[in-house]
Amino acid sequence: MISHILGNYEEAAAVLLFGIGFTTLLFHRNLIKKLIGMNIMDTGVFLLLASMGYIRGRKAPIIENGVTDPQRYINPVPAGLVLTGIVVSVSVTAVMLSLSVRLYKRYHTLDLDTIYVLSKHQKEDR
Amino acid sequence: MSFIWNFPLFTVLLSLFSGPLCMMLSAKAARNYTIAYESVLIGMTGSVLAYTLKTGTSFTYTMGEFPAPWGNEIRAGSLEALIALLFSVVLLCSVTAGYHFIRKDMDESKINLYFTLLNLLTAALMAIVWTNDVFTGYVFLEILTLTSCGILIVREIGRTTLAAVRYMILNLMGSGLFLMGIVLLYDVSGHLLMVPIRQSLREISSDPAAIPAITMAVGIMTIGIAIKSGLFPFYFWMPDTYGWATPTSGAVLSALVSKGYIFLLFKIYYRAVGIDVMQKTPILKILFVLGICGIIAGSFNAIRASNINRMIAFSSAAQIGYIYMGIGIGTTAGFAAALFQILAHALTKSLLFLTAPYLAEVSSDSLKFHALQGSAHRDPAAGMMFTTGALSMIGIPVFAGFASKLMFGQAVVLGGVHWRILAVLATLGISSVLNAFYFIRTLIRIYYDPDEQAKSSANSRSAFDLSRAGFGFAGFVLVVLNVFLGLFSWVVSDVIYRGLGMFL
Repeated sequence: MISHILGNYEEAAAVLLFGIGFTTLLFHRNLIKKLIGMNIMDTGVFLLLASMGYIRGRKAPIIENGVTDPQRYINPVPAGLVLTGIVVSVSVTAVMLSLSVRLYKRYHTLDLDTIYVLSKHQKEDR
Repeated sequence: MSFIWNFPLFTVLLSLFSGPLCMMLSAKAARNYTIAYESVLIGMTGSVLAYTLKTGTSFTYTMGEFPAPWGNEIRAGSLEALIALLFSVVLLCSVTAGYHFIRKDMDESKINLYFTLLNLLTAALMAIVWTNDVFTGYVFLEILTLTSCGILIVREIGRTTLAAVRYMILNLMGSGLFLMGIVLLYDVSGHLLMVPIRQSLREISSDPAAIPAITMAVGIMTIGIAIKSGLFPFYFWMPDTYGWATPTSGAVLSALVSKGYIFLLFKIYYRAVGIDVMQKTPILKILFVLGICGIIAGSFNAIRASNINRMIAFSSAAQIGYIYMGIGIGTTAGFAAALFQILAHALTKSLLFLTAPYLAEVSSDSLKFHALQGSAHRDPAAGMMFTTGALSMIGIPVFAGFASKLMFGQAVVLGGVHWRILAVLATLGISSVLNAFYFIRTLIRIYYDPDEQAKSSANSRSAFDLSRAGFGFAGFVLVVLNVFLGLFSWVVSDVIYRGLGMFL
């Protein structure tokens, strides 16, 4: 068991990061820390993707000196997926941060539980 | 290659261009443009449906003409076309009926931005319906999440902002899990396109040692989509999200967005993993049980709800449970019943979400049940449409809800597993009684008028009011389609079965 984990330490670290991020996103009450958790979670996925795609001793698939043997190169798709994932994660973070600003302006706190209690006392019930 | 082959891509591109275009238009022009372009979408998806039914085959559109294992693909069969057609019809009806409240709920200068978001949401929905690539599915899933959060917060009150934040946090967890699932599936199978994934999984799954890896990948994806679409026990965000949004957003979120997620999951099960491999994993059985729990829990919460929008939202949770129960039966008939339920629920739930605020409007803008007393007399047209939707939800014959319940019953009996037959038939019975309990109670409330002053009161509306032509049109279309689904369910289920046939 331990030898499996040590042999695949990149994957193990990725899953650990994903778990840390996911639990932070789920259980933390502070909105900004939740967002940090989301970013850690996404980073875990990217690490997993990158470590799956990398093979030691091989290079990016750009032909140098006329070498066309596929055994010398790695698959470029995982790197492309990581890039796309980073773009998605950045835009989601931006939207969430702007939402947090809006909530803060209204309730003057970032604690979700407090905000929930405050919103219960509001007079906008239809 | 016929010219129609381009239409699926055109629906996505047209929606993507329409979004930024609406930013430059005035509010009224943006609305008129959106109505026009959604009619064009109906035309395009309808012609794809007619074409695929005529030729009897699906077609694959390769983006940039890169062949199968490398390029990105769009794939169109009868089933995708039917779902895309449903989405465009419901979108058109939501815009025409809900515009009255969009103007009320937000600043005049921001209405065009609302249509920008709505059109980008349409692009994401169309792309999810047509795509044949799981990672493209993930990207548009995130776009769908962001835009649906956008159309939620345009109504600037504290409650919607809080609801949007909670909705986003849950959705982000769902997206994270879904992405993790895609990465694991890519790791196991080596492909991102659905058909090559199935071919490689079929080879791998003959070795029993590989089943846990496949279960892990598909299971994580399933949890992600279950959180996003509101399966039991993840349904508690629904009432705040659907109940406080402007009615167009409420209708679009409950009728279309959750169905878009489920349709993507369905495509992954049926086309990317394959039913034979799915049945080697315990996922379908778990979905079956959770679906049934969702039906019961959603119905009980709907009975306890204090206002009409919360009641409709909790009833959505129950209806999502039906869809997952159908998927969980695990046979082709079960999948067909689940798809029919997607159609029936989208048409019925949008009708309810769009008519309830009109009833509230003639009841001093309150959604609480005691204020709604007699409101159907004050606004007879809205009352009639709400009644149609409510009867369909209960499952009264002639309406769509009955046909879908019948299909669930038939599917499980044909499946032939005893405990499942018993569970499904008992659930259908119990949930019909519970549905009848809260919907008929609501109907009695909106028609019962103790003081008999409704007709003389100043704020009542006549049934034929030309200033509400958009609402009348949308309500008429939704009611007619609802009755059509109920009376001619065999036409639609035939299309679904033919679509499933060309799905593989």
